[in-house]
Amino acid sequence: MRLEPIANPTILRTLGFPVAALGFTTLVAMGLAALAGGAPLTVLGLMAEGAAGSQFALLETLNRATPLIFTGLAIAVAFRARLWNIGAEAQLYAGALVTAALGAGLLPWPAAVLSPTLAFLAALAGALTLLGPTILKTRFGVDEVVTTLLLNFVMLLVVSMLLEGPMKDPMALGWPQSAALIPEARLPRIAGLRLHWGFGLALLAAVATWALMTRTTLGFEMRAVGANRDAAAFAGIPVAAVLAKTALVSGGLAALAGYSEVAGAKGGLTLDLSPGFGYTGIIVAMLALLNPLGVVVTAIFVAGVFVGADSMSRAAGVPSYLADILLATALLTMVTAIMLARHRIRRG
Amino acid sequence: MPEILDIVLSASFWAAVVRIASPLIFATMGELICERAGVLNLGIEGIMIAGAFAGWLGVWLGLPLWLGVATAMVTGMAFGALHGVLTCPLGLSQHVVGLGITLLATSSASFAYRLALPRVTTPPRIEPFQPLPIPFLADIPLLGPAFFVQTPLTYLAFGVVAATALILYRTPLGLALRAVGENPQAVEAQGLSVHALRIGAVMAGSGLMAVGGAFLTLSAFNSFFFEMVNGRGWIAIALVVFGAWRPGKALLGALLFAAFDAFQIRLQPLAPAIPYQIFLMLPFLLSILALVVMSRRASVPGALMIPFNRGER
Repeated sequence: MRLEPIANPTILRTLGFPVAALGFTTLVAMGLAALAGGAPLTVLGLMAEGAAGSQFALLETLNRATPLIFTGLAIAVAFRARLWNIGAEAQLYAGALVTAALGAGLLPWPAAVLSPTLAFLAALAGALTLLGPTILKTRFGVDEVVTTLLLNFVMLLVVSMLLEGPMKDPMALGWPQSAALIPEARLPRIAGLRLHWGFGLALLAAVATWALMTRTTLGFEMRAVGANRDAAAFAGIPVAAVLAKTALVSGGLAALAGYSEVAGAKGGLTLDLSPGFGYTGIIVAMLALLNPLGVVVTAIFVAGVFVGADSMSRAAGVPSYLADILLATALLTMVTAIMLARHRIRRG
Repeated sequence: MPEILDIVLSASFWAAVVRIASPLIFATMGELICERAGVLNLGIEGIMIAGAFAGWLGVWLGLPLWLGVATAMVTGMAFGALHGVLTCPLGLSQHVVGLGITLLATSSASFAYRLALPRVTTPPRIEPFQPLPIPFLADIPLLGPAFFVQTPLTYLAFGVVAATALILYRTPLGLALRAVGENPQAVEAQGLSVHALRIGAVMAGSGLMAVGGAFLTLSAFNSFFFEMVNGRGWIAIALVVFGAWRPGKALLGALLFAAFDAFQIRLQPLAPAIPYQIFLMLPFLLSILALVVMSRRASVPGALMIPFNRGER
């Protein structure tokens, strides 16, 4: 068999396959729910209710979506240039470390100065974390997939070491956590709601990333390098420099997830700050077809699945790992659906 | 200094080296087979977790140990089949599919674990493989305890390396597998199916990865923990590069890596002033360093990560 590209796919084809993918994922959800002894429709209903059934649920979903928007954007930018950044988790923790280290009183500045400084320095830390593997890639040909993955483990150990050593909060009884941020370093709530301004910052980042990718020369160069590296080099685009800049943007965005979680949601740093936001960002970005504005939508969807599954699990007793299986299924079926929408399968 | 000498001259150190290397050997051979056929398998980490769980579950439910290993292998092959179909005939991104498979396999194992044991805080234990000393050879100083007083699964790991090398370099199938990773068009011109060869390689490789995972639950330890694979899959990918895609060199890499790992564990109590995290970091940093050093001498399979579509050049 072989795949034959379709020049002008019909609307039915472009929409039909992705809808079928979502339908299949829903069927998997119902099947697994039944397997775990729950009533499939009740479980789906509980998930939807837990994700968006009340103002509390909705705000919880938006809070959970905030770091996912940042990591999703980070992946979207990197993957667009075919820089395989699987290390958003490490970059997130780099940003979180800087925020927790400098925001707990070391810089006694007013909020208007301190907050932007912390955000900038956090982003810088994440940017440099990804710059290393990228330079290894462009200078020595070292595959960045493995190096960024391995750095996730290294970074987590660095955080653990600092939290048990110099950054340990003397007031926390034995539990490894950093000292609480001073009020000036915290991100305030939006209009008094249970939602911090990290969410606003994430929306701003999405629009800025979209503008960067579609309205600037750098964005064009990144897309050209991603589409065909050799052709881009032949056309005179400095590929190594473009990849380095991509790394700075991508790493910076991922680190802002760490900044927003520490300064907005938690007010301090612990080892369980991120339940894999860096890895989930890959799903968020792929479901959004690497479109920065789409990332906002898919991040909220993915967050909804997690929040909904947690709430459903408490009520129906189906393990909340259901959410992870569903997202993996959604990812695999969606990339298949998008390919099928654009290709015809021919025999022979 | 004398303490370091004590470590290196102790029989238990060398036995630990071979034990630590065993799961890595399975996983590295699995990844090597996939990559020689032109497919990067990033599902490895998840497939190892699924294999660790499936093997353990089988034995916990009453299967004999070897059938537990077989259960793990079949589980791995199933994920490998999914990976192979999505990346070969459907030509999807090997990065995205691989990470998707890792997520799918990991979460399926966690979900199934929670279904099987809803309210368990300490995971139940099974009776794992016991060391099987080989007569006479086991009495050789240092080498004996290291290589000949191990569990049957460790002996199998070395057997797998020999079999992989033999098949890759001495059989027509091996030639076809290597060719499909270098120049699939040439293989197709021979009338062989590129997709079938690649899917077969990914399934076989994934089966080995899963057995590597099962080594942890059925031989090294005796129960299943969520975090037990802990990056070994990613390290295996680094070891394939380090071994320049050759089974013998990859085996050497796995043993070197394990020696280093066993050494740092024994070094920790000798240097209590150094945070233990530094020691735990070293294996990962060493892998990155090895990648940097070895990547200069690139011997990457020519068609690695390039999907094959008939009639396209």
